[in-house]
Amino acid sequence: MAASARPVTPAASLTSAGGSIIRVQTTVNGQPVTAEVEPRTLLVHFLREVLGLTGTHIGCDTTNCGACTVHLDGKPVKSCTVLAVQTNGREVRTVEGLEVGGKLSPVQEAFVEAHGLQCGFCTPGMMMTATALLKKNPSPSEDEVRDAIRGNLCRCTGYVNIVKAIQLAGQKMQSATTAPGGKA
Amino acid sequence: MIPPQFEYYAPHSVDEAVALLRRFDGESKVLAGGHSLIPLMKLRLAAPRVLVDINRIPNLAYIREEGAHLKIGATTRTNDLLDSALLVKSYPILTDAAQQIADPLVRNLGTVGGNVCHGDPGNDLPACMLALGAEMAVVGPKGPRTIPASEFYRDTFVTAVESTEILVEVRIPKARPHQGTAYHKIEKRVGDFAMAGVATNLVLDGAGRVEIAGIGLTGVGPTAIHATQAAAALVGQLPDETHLAHAAQLAQDVAEPSTDLRGPMEYKRAMVGVLVRRVLDRSLARARGGG
Repeated sequence: MAASARPVTPAASLTSAGGSIIRVQTTVNGQPVTAEVEPRTLLVHFLREVLGLTGTHIGCDTTNCGACTVHLDGKPVKSCTVLAVQTNGREVRTVEGLEVGGKLSPVQEAFVEAHGLQCGFCTPGMMMTATALLKKNPSPSEDEVRDAIRGNLCRCTGYVNIVKAIQLAGQKMQSATTAPGGKA
Repeated sequence: MIPPQFEYYAPHSVDEAVALLRRFDGESKVLAGGHSLIPLMKLRLAAPRVLVDINRIPNLAYIREEGAHLKIGATTRTNDLLDSALLVKSYPILTDAAQQIADPLVRNLGTVGGNVCHGDPGNDLPACMLALGAEMAVVGPKGPRTIPASEFYRDTFVTAVESTEILVEVRIPKARPHQGTAYHKIEKRVGDFAMAGVATNLVLDGAGRVEIAGIGLTGVGPTAIHATQAAAALVGQLPDETHLAHAAQLAQDVAEPSTDLRGPMEYKRAMVGVLVRRVLDRSLARARGGG
């Protein structure tokens, strides 16, 4: 099929109008995944309905709210506005992929401890954006946090505890790397 | 919302992409960042039969100075502009604009090429390209050609790029000493399209007079607007209060805003004048070595 990791061969791609099925080979949360999808399948639908990873939420469906945020090759993107086929040969990480070895990540722990949520709907997207931010900037100021989460809307909290949670996560990650006996 | 059905091609070279556009002429669209196209398809405002995904074409994402130009490849992501030390130092108009485009998540995928050639008068980079006197490099079945930004924007969603052509690179005249550039827009909500936006470019000569001026307007007409008379009124002059105010008035006069959810036309027109003044001040401060 017209898997885009390889040069397209016209014979493979040319099918009935719109009805072609494309094989996607991607890596989701570290696991290789192969599936056949319609080209129009959005990444968020692929994750939720084909792979059963329902932690990624569909909020506005119009590229505004960020509830569907996942990492594509390490960068946070809105998966309602990416085609599943575009992830061919690339790496996707969802909120299910944040925990390591059954243990919550520092960002997840911090959202629990600082109560960085109310209804929880925006939380997966918030945590994905926060994780990417802290990788780039381990100790962001409040302004830097607020700027980073501009594409993630929360209708409950007023963002105060979300900002606190993200800063707390940064502190946790730093103390884990610097404390004696901590993980290097 | 699920987009309408389409066929998907992911070519690995510009030539291959052009061949596909030619083969499906009139039925195909180029997919770059997809952050304008995919929403349009979801809303059924666009329903191309074929998508040509140019993201797999190597060497289309870069920012570099070469010869007399700053060259930016078409699939360069908006956030790449913000991460470029060269742009922060020498082309601050582009980082000004990038910071005001949508939100950081959208900027991870949205491309410079898409922003420039989508033809939405609300896009922020077209006004910058007009102010800077940029050229667009496109490739089509007949080979490559360049189009000045001033001839690029024809109507809403209509540019000089033919349906079988692909924009591959934006070329901006290399930054010069005593040049100051800036962009600013006002928006109803952070990350929204502009109620009005203004891009300015000033180069001063040794005597402090304006040698080159460029002004572009966002969101106040069917396309980005090139305020040529306003810019021409500054050339050869000392950039004093009188001349700056005159330029702001001329730019305001050439705006063609319409009343919509983002505001009444009278307000938008008045804001063009206010913004031109402010953004020229910023350009001037930068041309004189300040921030």
